[in-house]
Amino acid sequence: MSEFISPTLSYSLLSPILVVLAGAIIGVLIEAFASKSVRPIAQVSVTIGTLVLSLVQVWRIRNSGSTTAAMGSVIIDGPGVLLQGSILVIAIISVFLIADTENFAAAAAAIPGSPEERESIARGQQVTEVFPLTLFAVAGMLLFPIASDLITLFVALEVLSLPLYLMAGLSRRRRLLSQESALKYFLLGAFSSAFFLFGAAYLYGYSGSVTFAGIRAAVVGGTGNDVFLLIGIAFLSIGLLFKVGAVPFHAWSPDVYQGAPTPVTAFMAAATKVAAFGAMLRIYYTSFANAEWSWSPLLTGIAIITMVFGSLVAIAQRDVKRMLAYSSIAHAGFLLTGVIALNKAGLDASIYYLFAYGVATVGAFAVVTLVRDSAGEVTDLNRWAGLGKRSPWVATSFATFLLAFAGIPLTSGFIGKFSIFSAAYEGGSKSVVIAGVLSSAIAAFFYIRVIVLMFFSDPLEDATSVVIPSVLTRITVLFAVVVTIFLGVFPSPLLDFISNIAIFIR
Amino acid sequence: MNYLTLIMAIPLVGAALIATLPQAKSLLAKQFALGTTLVAAVATILMTVKFERGNTDLQFVESYDWIKAFGIKYAVGVDGIALVLILMTALLTPIVVLAGWNESDNGRWSTKSFYILILVLQTMSFGVFAATDVFLFYVFFEAMLVPVYFLIGGYGSGERTAAAVKFLLYSLFGGLLMLASIIALYVLSGEQGGHTFNIAALSKLEMSSTTQNFLFLGFFIAFAIKAPLFPFHTWLPDAAKSATPGTSVLLLGVLDKVGTFGMIRYCLALFPEATKTFTPLIITLSVISIVYGAFLAIGAKDIKRLIAYTSISHFGFITLGIFAMTTQGHSGATLYMFNHGFSTAALFLVAGWMISRRGSSTIADFGGLQRVTPVMAWSFFIAGMSSLALPGLSSFVSEFLVLVGTFTRYPVAAVIATFGIVLAALYILIPVQRALHGPTTPGNENLADLNLREKIAIAPVIAVIVFLGFYPAPALNIINPAAAHVLSQIGFSDPAPTHGGK
Repeated sequence: MSEFISPTLSYSLLSPILVVLAGAIIGVLIEAFASKSVRPIAQVSVTIGTLVLSLVQVWRIRNSGSTTAAMGSVIIDGPGVLLQGSILVIAIISVFLIADTENFAAAAAAIPGSPEERESIARGQQVTEVFPLTLFAVAGMLLFPIASDLITLFVALEVLSLPLYLMAGLSRRRRLLSQESALKYFLLGAFSSAFFLFGAAYLYGYSGSVTFAGIRAAVVGGTGNDVFLLIGIAFLSIGLLFKVGAVPFHAWSPDVYQGAPTPVTAFMAAATKVAAFGAMLRIYYTSFANAEWSWSPLLTGIAIITMVFGSLVAIAQRDVKRMLAYSSIAHAGFLLTGVIALNKAGLDASIYYLFAYGVATVGAFAVVTLVRDSAGEVTDLNRWAGLGKRSPWVATSFATFLLAFAGIPLTSGFIGKFSIFSAAYEGGSKSVVIAGVLSSAIAAFFYIRVIVLMFFSDPLEDATSVVIPSVLTRITVLFAVVVTIFLGVFPSPLLDFISNIAIFIR
Repeated sequence: MNYLTLIMAIPLVGAALIATLPQAKSLLAKQFALGTTLVAAVATILMTVKFERGNTDLQFVESYDWIKAFGIKYAVGVDGIALVLILMTALLTPIVVLAGWNESDNGRWSTKSFYILILVLQTMSFGVFAATDVFLFYVFFEAMLVPVYFLIGGYGSGERTAAAVKFLLYSLFGGLLMLASIIALYVLSGEQGGHTFNIAALSKLEMSSTTQNFLFLGFFIAFAIKAPLFPFHTWLPDAAKSATPGTSVLLLGVLDKVGTFGMIRYCLALFPEATKTFTPLIITLSVISIVYGAFLAIGAKDIKRLIAYTSISHFGFITLGIFAMTTQGHSGATLYMFNHGFSTAALFLVAGWMISRRGSSTIADFGGLQRVTPVMAWSFFIAGMSSLALPGLSSFVSEFLVLVGTFTRYPVAAVIATFGIVLAALYILIPVQRALHGPTTPGNENLADLNLREKIAIAPVIAVIVFLGFYPAPALNIINPAAAHVLSQIGFSDPAPTHGGK
C-alpha cells in the first residue's frame, strides 16, 4: 500500500476560485434559510461582493507565475490572470442585469402553466437560485483557462456548463421556449463533453500523460503514434469549438440565445467565450504548438466558414437576440484567427479582443432587456423601429455596440480586429485575413440595418416602450459604452498591460 | 504653434459647446457653428500664410505616440497639396453653414445635432488630409463616414435612408479592402525593421511586385469608390440627390477629394511600381468617367443628380491628371481639386436655393428665372460657366493644365478627354437655357430672389472662382513644388518636349 501524500495547495494563488465557490455556497444557504423579503437583496450583495473580492485577489496575484499551485493541475500565469480578470469584470456587469429578477421564473421547478406556477406568482414568490448558479458557473470559468491537465480541464468544463444549462431555462416569459433551449443546450453540451473525453482519452493514449506539459513533451519528442494524436486533437477540439459556437458546432447557440433570459444570455455569450477561448489558446499555444501542421489547416477552414456563415445568416434574422447570436458566431470565427496566428501578437490580440467583445456584448444585451411592451421584452427587430426617436440614449448606446461589433474605428472592436488580423497575417495565414475582412464587410450590413431601423424609421403604432432602467442596468450600459469608446481611442494602457504579462508558462 | 492640431481642435470645441446649449435655442446653435467655422477658417488662412512655399518637406509636423504597441502615432504634417485641400475645407465649411441656414429644419433630429455632425465632420476632414501616419489616416477615413451617414439619412430628402445606407456600404467595403492592405504593410514593416505606419518609412519597404500590385489595389479601390471613378460611382448621384445642398457640397467638394488626394499621397508614394503597372487601366477608366459622366449629366432630369454626374466627369479629369505623371498634370489635378470644390459649391448652393423656393428639383419645372430672380440666375450661370471651364474662370486653368500634362505622355487619352469639354458645354448650357432663359413658366412667377444672407454666402465663392481664373499663381505657387516633389520621389520626370522638327 502506498503512502498517502497530502496535496500541497497554494491557497493564495487559488483564492480567486475559492472565494467564488465559497460565495456560491453562502448563496445556497441564503436561498434555503433567508426569508422571502431579504433574499433578493442578500443574494445580489453576496454575489457582487464575492466577485469583487475575487477580482481583487486576481489583481494581487497578477505577477506571480506558478506551475505548482495545485500539484501541477493548474498554471497561474499572465494570460490566465488576464482571462480570469476579464471573466470577473464581465460577470459583475452581468450580475447587475441578473439582479433585475423580473426576468426570471417565479418558481423554476413548476411546470409551465401549472396550478403550482400560478399559485407561486399569485403569492409573489420569487426564487433567486440564479445567483448561486451564476457563481458556480463563474468558478468553473475561472478554472477553465488555467487548467493544465485534461482532467482538471474537463471538471472545469462541467462546472461551468451545468449551471448554464439550468440558467437557460429560467425565463419568466415564454417558458416553454426557454425550457426547450435549456434542454437543447444540455443535450448538445453532453454530446460535446463526450467528444471531449474521447479526445482526452486518445491524447492520454498518445502521450501517456494527461498534463499539458506531458502532451507537449510527447509532441516535441515525436515518438508516439500520430494517429492517436490526430484523433485526440480532433475530438478535443470539437468539445472546445462547441463551447465557443464555431460552425459546424454552432447549432445550439441561436436557440439558446433566444430562449434564455436575456441577462443570462449576456453572461453566457460574453463570459463563456472568454473562458473557452482562454482554454483553447492555452492548449493550442502550449501542448499542440509543435503539431501545428496537423490542426492549423483544419482550424483555418473552420474559422473561415464560421465567420462567413455567421455573417451571412445574421442578415436574414428578424429577432434581435438571434441576430446577436449569429453575430457572436461570426466573432467566434474572428477569434479563431487569434488561435491560428500562434504567436505572441496573436495571444495579446485575442485577450484584448475577448475583453472588448465581452463587455460590448453584455452592454448590447443590457439594452435588449430595456425594450419591452406589456408582454415583456420585445425582440422582434421590426418593432425596434424608431427607437432612436423615443429613447435616443438607449438607441445611441446600442448603436455604439453595433459599431464596435462592425469594427468601425474609434471603437474597441476596430482595435481588436486590427490586432487579431495583423497577428494572423504575421503568422502566415493570409487567407483567413482576407476572409475576415470580407465577412466584416458583410457583417457591417446587418449592423447598419439595425441602426437604420432605430434612427431612420418611423415608430410603429403599437407601443413598444423603453422601461426606465434600474440603477444597476444603467451602470452596466454606461460602463460598457465607456469601455467600448475608451478602448477604441486610448487602447494603449490595456494593450501594454496585456503585452507585458501575457506569457504562457509551460 | 501647432497649427494643424489647433484647426482640428477648434471645430471639436465648437461642437462640444453646441452640445451644451439647450435644445430650443436652435438659432444660437447656428450662430455658434458659424462662429466656430469662421475661427477655423481664419486659423487656416494664418497657417497658409506661414507655410514656406519653396520648401518641399512636410511642414507643421507633429508626432506623438498613440498606440505604442503597434507603432501607431498621432502624426500630422502638410505639403502644398494637403495644404490647399485643408484650406478649401476651411473656407467651404462656413459658407455651407451660412448658405444652408435653414437646412436642418426638415431633419429627423434637432438643429443642434446637425451642426455637431457638421463640425465633427470638419475635424475629420482636416485630419484625413493632415495625417502622415497611415493608421491615423485610416481612422479618419472610416470615422468620417459616420457623421456623413447621419447627415444624409437624418436631414436629407426623398429616399434619404436608402441613399445613406448605399453610401455607407460602398465606402465601408472599400475601406475594409484598404484595411487588409494596411495590415499587410504593418506586417511587412515589422519584418523589415520594426512596426511603423509612417508613410515615409513605409514607402521604403521592399516587396515583390505581386504583393505590391495587390496592396495597391486595396488602396486604389477604396479611393476610386470615394472619388468616385467609373465603375464605382453609382452611390454618388443617390447620395447627392438625397443630401441637403450643404451636405452635398461637403460630400462632393471635400470628402470625395480624399479619394484623389489618397491616390497621390498613398497609392503613388507607397507603390510606385504597381502604379506604373496599373496606369494604363486607370487612364482608361478616367477617360470613361469623363465621357460617361458627361453623357449621364446631359441626360439628367434632376438638377442635383446633374451636378453629381458632372462631378464624376470632373473626377475623371483629376485622376487623369494624377496618373499622367507629369508635373503639369499633377499641379493641374491638385488645382482642379481646389477649384472643383468651389464651383461645385456654387452650383449646389444656388441649385439648393432654387429647389427650396420652387419645391421641386426637376429641371423642367424651372423656366425664365433670369427675369424673376436675376441675382440667383446670374449666380447659377457663373457657377455653370466655371463648371464647363470657361476661360477666365478658375476651372479653365486646371483643366487646361491637366490636358497639357496628359498630352505629353498620353495623347490619345488627352484628345478623347478634350471632347469632355464639349460635352460639358452641353450639360451646362442645356439646363441654363431651360431653367434661366425663355418665358417664365407657370409656378415660377413669384419666386423670391436671393436674400442678403444668401448673397453674402455666394459672394466669396464667386470671388474665388473669378480671382483664380485670372490669377492662379497664389495657388499654383503652393502646389507646384509639392507636385514636382511627389513625382521626383517616385522617379518620374516629364517627357522631353519634342519640337516637331518638320
